[in-house]
Amino acid sequence: MRVPLTSRPVLLFVVAALVTWALAWALLGAETQLEVLALFCVTVAVAVVAAKMKLDAPVAAAASSHPRALGIACVVGVLALAVVFHEDHFPLLLLCSVLLYITACLGLNIQFGYVGIVNFAGAAFFGIGSYTAAMLAGHTGLPHVLVLLLGGAMASLISCVLLLPVLRTRGHYAALVTIAFATLFRSFLEVNDALGGPQGMRIPALNLFGWDLGADHEWGELFISFYDNYVLFALALAVLAFVLVRRLERSWMGVAMDAVRTDEISAKVYGISIARQKIVAFMFGNLLVGIAGATYGMMTGYVAPNNFTFADSLILVSMLLLGGLGNPWGIVPAAALILILPEKLQFIQEYRFLLYGVVIILILLFRSQGLLPRGIRRYFPNREAARG
Amino acid sequence: MAEDALLVASGLTMRFGGLVALDALDLEVRSREVLGLIGPNGSGKTTFFNVVTGLYNASDGSIAFEGGDITNLSPQEIYRLGITRTFQRSRLSLSLSVFDNVWAGNFRNLDQGLIHNLFRRKTLRAEYERAVEQVRALLATFDAHLADRLFQPAAALAMIDRRRVEICRALISEPRLLLLDEPSAGMTHDETAELMDDIMQVREKLAPFSIVIIEHEMNVIQRITQRCVVLNYGEKIAEGTYAEITANPDVQVAYLGQE
Ligand SMILES: Nc1ncnc2c1ncn2[C@@H]1O[C@H](COP(=O)(O)OP(=O)(O)OP(=O)(O)O)[C@@H](O)[C@H]1O
Ligand SMILES: [Mg+2]
Repeated sequence: MRVPLTSRPVLLFVVAALVTWALAWALLGAETQLEVLALFCVTVAVAVVAAKMKLDAPVAAAASSHPRALGIACVVGVLALAVVFHEDHFPLLLLCSVLLYITACLGLNIQFGYVGIVNFAGAAFFGIGSYTAAMLAGHTGLPHVLVLLLGGAMASLISCVLLLPVLRTRGHYAALVTIAFATLFRSFLEVNDALGGPQGMRIPALNLFGWDLGADHEWGELFISFYDNYVLFALALAVLAFVLVRRLERSWMGVAMDAVRTDEISAKVYGISIARQKIVAFMFGNLLVGIAGATYGMMTGYVAPNNFTFADSLILVSMLLLGGLGNPWGIVPAAALILILPEKLQFIQEYRFLLYGVVIILILLFRSQGLLPRGIRRYFPNREAARG
Repeated sequence: MAEDALLVASGLTMRFGGLVALDALDLEVRSREVLGLIGPNGSGKTTFFNVVTGLYNASDGSIAFEGGDITNLSPQEIYRLGITRTFQRSRLSLSLSVFDNVWAGNFRNLDQGLIHNLFRRKTLRAEYERAVEQVRALLATFDAHLADRLFQPAAALAMIDRRRVEICRALISEPRLLLLDEPSAGMTHDETAELMDDIMQVREKLAPFSIVIIEHEMNVIQRITQRCVVLNYGEKIAEGTYAEITANPDVQVAYLGQE
């Protein structure tokens, strides 16, 4: 007897995971623009067909009744990509970038998605992380774990400067404050010779407790790109950030932050300190952004003001919007698409910012909730699923 | 001043530029009473709530609660003393679940520390499980089916259910004083009557608290209040039982004059 596919959610989930992985693999490995375009069309076609066959709902149901499955699938998927591409620098570099951008976006998600502060200076805080790492790793003998943490701490501390105006203003005005900061930050870097001016600075590779992440491995025939080191580290970082952000959301603080975002008056009247929630969200968020930035700088070995423009901040925000504001899972496909597609499609490169603009407008017009809209808060889904 | 005064406003004045929304108002809420606050549109009723809950700073005068001065305390501090309210126009967070909306009213009993929330998941889980039962039980006193909709977005609820949720949010922290701003707005007579009965029923179960209710529906006022205060242009023009104030010629003029 044939069982309809829709009644086998677990099987469907596995198939969906494999198809997604195959698409990610093909996209990362694609060499010509034609391949990429074809892949993009296949992806859209797969999505449309799945939606037409009503396969998306059972897949989502399977994912939510096995809350750990999605996370495990993603980790395994990334590790599999790291194995498959072990010789190729470029796909691995892209993979690392995606992971680090995911980490940064998770930070911004606390601010924008939960407490409701739009931070248009994401790239600046990312840059503060990178520059801090460059200064500390270049001029001191501090262990690199500390360098990364201090990169985050520095971003978090400097964001305190912004807090006063951000707390006093609301909505669009707070956003303007961050835009002003992003612009100032870049000008400051360009004129500051101690920080390398417009040319920027070199940063030594990351070295954790004797593990040199900047070194390739060679065992006889086997060659493993040094980027695989960074994939492992960036993956661990992204998972850690994800767990922290999830826990924050699934706690009383998550409720308090949502209350502040949705209605400040009610929040106040029910004892929630608006300032405290915003301060925690802003500083915690920028801490994650800064750590991601520090790691990114040490991976690429180079920082320059051009990497941290206002346009880069817009990219971060557009990832949040595309993914679905407030849903950490949305960030994963959004960061992958927004980073990888333009990188692979040279003809887009020149117009990429134009394209981001168009993408954002299209999302806001047609799917304002993003690819994966945020659902109702579930506090302890693992336990609920175990109970059945 | 009565022996059992819970909240005492003395000479309370609120000016918005040239407009005097509250004019040297003396008002007293006694322990365990239900006080009706009535008056024509724009007479300053909501403004009184806003001043008491700290959303506005009084231009003049003072407010005491349980003997302590609370004039110009922050809304958060006033809430922590045990004063909660509903709003004339519903102010729920529609994208959040019913549970989240109700539980957001209980922050005076919750640990908001980062360590607690991020790293003590076991403790938090125990708290959460108790919270769900508590919210479910409270909602069930209003409506059995509402308790089953704990994890639906508030946006999915009908108007009357939203009102109930809003009132549950005000009750979950077991306040000493509840301020209801036109709970009947947007509801039918029967729905309003039912809602009032439910509130009174919950009140029996909790530690007894006082209620100030702003209401245009006179039969509601008649049924549940022990005393009424009538405002007109920010001034108190009458005070007494429902029978007394309806017989008061000034009150009749104020209402007729408005029509
Ligand atoms: N924030 C404010 N700024 C300026 N004027 C205000 C403000 N809040 C209230 N007012 C004015 O104060 C007066 C009293 O308003 P209030 O809302 O307290 O009336 P109300 O008795 O609640 O009326 P209603 O029955 O229509 O709800 C009105 O004239 C109103 O326009
Ligand atoms: Mg009013």
